[in-house]
Amino acid sequence: MSNKTDIGLTINDRKCTVSVDPRWTLADVIRDHCGQTGTHLGCEHGICGACTVLVEDTPVRSCLMFGIQADGKKIRTVEGLAKGDEYHPLQKAFMENHALQCGYCTPGFLMLAAGILESQPDISDEDLDEVLSSNLCRCTGYANIVKAVRSARDEMKTAS
Amino acid sequence: MKPAAFEYHAPKTIDEAIELLSQHAPNDGRILAGGQSLVPTMAFRLARPTHLIDINNITDLNTIRIEGDALHIGATVRHAQFHEPVCDGVLGHLLTDVVKNIAHYPIRQRGTFCGSIAHSDPASEWCMVSATLDATMVAANKTGERLIPAAEFFETVMTTSLEQEELLREVRIPLLSDDTVYGFEEFNRRAGDFAISMTLVTYRQKNGTIIDPHIGIGGAEDRPRRIKEAENVLTGQAPDSEVFLKAAKIAAETIDPMEDHTTNAQYRRDLTATLVQRALEKTKL
Amino acid sequence: MATATNRMLGHLGDSVVRLEDPPLVKGQGRFVGDINFPHQLHMRIVRSPYAHGTIKSIDTSAAIAYPGVVAVWTTDDIQDIPPIDFREGSDPTLALFRQYPLARELVRYVGDPVAAVFAEDPYTAEDAAELVSLEIEPLPVLINADDPPQDFKGKAKTEAAIVEQGYGDIEATFASAYKVVEVDVKVSRHTGVPMECRGAIGRYDAARDILEMYGAAKVPHRNRETLCRMLNRPASSVHLFEGHTGGGFGIRGELYPEDVLVCVAAMRLERPVKWIEDRQEHLMAANHSRQQRHIIRAAVAEDGEVIGLDDELYLDQGGYIRTHGTRVANMTTGTLPGPYRFPVYRSVCHFCLTNKTPAATYRSPGRCESTFVRERLMDAVAVAMEMDPIAVRRRNLISLEEMPYGRELDVLGDSVEHDPGDYAGLLDQGLSQIGWDDLQATLAERRANGELVGAGISMFFEKSGLGPSDGAKIFVDGTGHIEIVTGGASLGQGFETAMAQICAEDLGTDYRRIRVIHGQTNRIDYGVGAHASRATVLTGTAVSLTAQAVREKALDMAAELLQTKAEGLDITDGVIHSKNNPGGPSLTLGEVAEALAPTSKVRGSREPYLKGEEWFHIDHQTYPYGHHIAVVNVDPGTGGVKIEKYFIAYDIGRSINPMMIEGQLVGGLAQGVGGALFEEFTYTENGDPQSVTFADYLMPTLNETPNPEILLTEDFPSIRTPLGIKGAGEAGITGAAGAIASAIDAAIGIPGAITEVPVTPQRLKKILDENSI
Repeated sequence: MSNKTDIGLTINDRKCTVSVDPRWTLADVIRDHCGQTGTHLGCEHGICGACTVLVEDTPVRSCLMFGIQADGKKIRTVEGLAKGDEYHPLQKAFMENHALQCGYCTPGFLMLAAGILESQPDISDEDLDEVLSSNLCRCTGYANIVKAVRSARDEMKTAS
Repeated sequence: MKPAAFEYHAPKTIDEAIELLSQHAPNDGRILAGGQSLVPTMAFRLARPTHLIDINNITDLNTIRIEGDALHIGATVRHAQFHEPVCDGVLGHLLTDVVKNIAHYPIRQRGTFCGSIAHSDPASEWCMVSATLDATMVAANKTGERLIPAAEFFETVMTTSLEQEELLREVRIPLLSDDTVYGFEEFNRRAGDFAISMTLVTYRQKNGTIIDPHIGIGGAEDRPRRIKEAENVLTGQAPDSEVFLKAAKIAAETIDPMEDHTTNAQYRRDLTATLVQRALEKTKL
Repeated sequence: MATATNRMLGHLGDSVVRLEDPPLVKGQGRFVGDINFPHQLHMRIVRSPYAHGTIKSIDTSAAIAYPGVVAVWTTDDIQDIPPIDFREGSDPTLALFRQYPLARELVRYVGDPVAAVFAEDPYTAEDAAELVSLEIEPLPVLINADDPPQDFKGKAKTEAAIVEQGYGDIEATFASAYKVVEVDVKVSRHTGVPMECRGAIGRYDAARDILEMYGAAKVPHRNRETLCRMLNRPASSVHLFEGHTGGGFGIRGELYPEDVLVCVAAMRLERPVKWIEDRQEHLMAANHSRQQRHIIRAAVAEDGEVIGLDDELYLDQGGYIRTHGTRVANMTTGTLPGPYRFPVYRSVCHFCLTNKTPAATYRSPGRCESTFVRERLMDAVAVAMEMDPIAVRRRNLISLEEMPYGRELDVLGDSVEHDPGDYAGLLDQGLSQIGWDDLQATLAERRANGELVGAGISMFFEKSGLGPSDGAKIFVDGTGHIEIVTGGASLGQGFETAMAQICAEDLGTDYRRIRVIHGQTNRIDYGVGAHASRATVLTGTAVSLTAQAVREKALDMAAELLQTKAEGLDITDGVIHSKNNPGGPSLTLGEVAEALAPTSKVRGSREPYLKGEEWFHIDHQTYPYGHHIAVVNVDPGTGGVKIEKYFIAYDIGRSINPMMIEGQLVGGLAQGVGGALFEEFTYTENGDPQSVTFADYLMPTLNETPNPEILLTEDFPSIRTPLGIKGAGEAGITGAAGAIASAIDAAIGIPGAITEVPVTPQRLKKILDENSI
């Protein structure tokens, strides 16, 4: 019944062409039609943040955007964080600091953190806490996530 | 929680958007701006627009500028743009102080100022700010534009005086003089949640007494508004804690709070009294 | 606080990076929503909008006609499928209260599955589900478990059972008491709410007549057993597969109606059937928990000894009895005494059905509730006796000298016997570490200055290591890499890493050379899964015993090849060498495995392969223990509560990976804070659920979650396991409500003020107003 529209998304530097029903959320398009299942659905109403991706380098809840709105845009998901065999500092920091248990909320936190650290590399601990309060985690109690992101922030600053 | 089907439009100009809106609004066609409020309601299928008119590609709507004595905020200006003051002076700082209470960082990257106004959730900070500062809403339709003062704009929960085929093109907030002081307070269960009650207070002083007080309450009633009865308590008085307490008490007594399954009217009243008092105390800092 | 390192080999006590992490941080996990099969159908459940009613008719014609829909089922289409049975075996007294996969005649809660739509994609399925038309005649709704019971199907009452435990003469003891203290306290309905919703995929391999279910968790073997009984299939023809799971907390993994439906549908529709629930469904259809009201009395002697405890409780079970039967009642009544002596005790549980979502186990089931209740009572005893709350607890704690301490109580078929532990000793350590006396002095000073601040304590004991048995299989290949196959399960807690570390320790190798299999019923015949903080204890010990057996085999073969005695050999980083001459002749585990290959000439009469399979049997569960201390700040203007400081003391027996243990405690605490201050499922009088979005059901974010100071001790390794390990999954949550309630009482200066959790700002403001604060 729906009119499908052809769109092109660039996900982690790879083009994905797909014929979308306008009501398909960006999250569903990324997962089910572009084959990147690292982005997860936690609530589908924009509160938990598990679906966070970077759209034009900005953290966005992909369950609150329609795929069709992302036509022609540059999207980055968790699958694009590592460079080949080399982990992103955030990924390393999450592993070293036990910042994940079940791993379901992890991609959302990683992309949120990646986005904020790229745009505000000198972000203070307090402001970082505020940003990290955006997403829900049910396993870790957050303390190690904070530790990990702070650690990655510090490492990324000295590296640059 | 997948939305019901709709047709999607992405106009490039304001005129195109208005044309589409006038065509489809009678059939539950709606504007899609940030989507941070609309899309969740579509996920629950409480909102089932048959047409969505995406205005994010209309560059003319993404303007924020001072014209005359007001700050003009275009329809697609995002909350995040207020993270730093958008203008010099008190208003710019006030808006930056308020914005960090709005939802969370990623929501603010997409959600829009005008979208919040048009959506008119009683717990919207921008709605409360607009009502308190006597903003003017600019409604555009096929025949032209009309100006709606904030006091006439917010009718009740999720209901404004905007006609269905009107696009809220811009909101204009009067600039505040350099000697204006303000205080903002909000209370919610968790960081970023909807406010159970919130307040913005502003005033100036002349010869050591208060003039032009504004006390606005949001989150507690079905729409945000200025509470004249409480403002009258302040006028002509020296700004001291006793007067502040009195004004706060009157504000709490005057409002007609909403009730729901988690929050009763009495609690909202008590909370409002606390918040107004604290906001007023902040003006002395 | 422990930090991981890559440099260690991952033996016991090493805080190493988890094996689970790399795919998860790269987004390469395989959660059930990520799995897809060709030609799969998507299932969407149509749920009752009424809390209680008789089904008059269900019109599926519009749904069936909808393009993209393949089938729509009601109970008529699956008349031969029985109700879902209890996990631990049939119970004829409760059979009547079980749930059919699709409602039959009656609906008993909003969310009760009534029909199932099968369509080509999830959007279509949801569209079509809206077109199913239900005619339901409403029946009276029972909301409160402590209201008079109603009729159930004309055959029973909604008070489905009375579960009672106790020992000693209650009447005489209370008659002789110096004082009797009573409290009436409630824990509200809340539950685990993992970040991943439930899901399942049924797939029938007709070529081999094997039914497969993906998305299994927690207890795959048990669920297989139940499915086999329900579908009348032999075990070898049904297999369950656990992939990655996004948290469980007791909620995920029990056999639900939807799991049965995807399996049956896959066979009958001859296509794989995928079901992923959405969050709104989850909040009304996945197991709820915790809702209990206790009226509890203590008989107190003049010196503060609680000589008798008499408890009456109402447990709100919801619409049906699911796979747990009455186990939550059993655990509540069996663990209520906690770490205290209470020489005479009785707990009577009214196990009552209501017209709400069915309830079951959630992290620390029975203990979380009973700890809150008991600690509230102990605080009340302290007030009544004008004693210090700590002193009252000390007076009643079971002492080390009395251990092992048996009680005539049953917890999940195990008679309660506390294994040795020094409850008072750990209390001393905790109070000392936090500086209790100075803390109290500082808080008193702050209160004198007008702040509403206070500290509270909650003592608890936990249970872990539920048996009776578990086994493990270990295989070492020609490269020295190891595969461990267990019947365990992973819910994100680091099960694989824990098992690998145990094996690495015993086999003298690097944990990164080890792969751990779990949750695959086609790889091992038996498994009890992961719950009740048992995985590390039971499966871990089985792995240890198996690894030791494999080690022996390896050393025996190596000894012959190296022409020396096995006793003189050791294994370091996968290399077998002489203890006295580490740099001398050596063999790798891989080389020894090759030597044991079936065709190897040097194998002799030894059993082929370097592998083993061993079992561990445990007589009693272990009972780890500890306490929580909370410091809170109450805002009198709003009723808001801020946790300024939090402390958890816990004796873990022996730690495998300290970093992971702390992670469990910190994560558990976050959920505990949720239950104490935020989380609650509320219903209207008509049984309409009001907490079905994340805007209504509030869970703590980083901003609301304290980062606790943790004192983790290994003073009393468990006597019940060779490794001395005890579980850690539930200790972080158990003491939270009690400690926070106690702290709030102290902050506002009203003893016994808090009788209900969650303590919402509105409830607290009301208490403050009533007391003119």
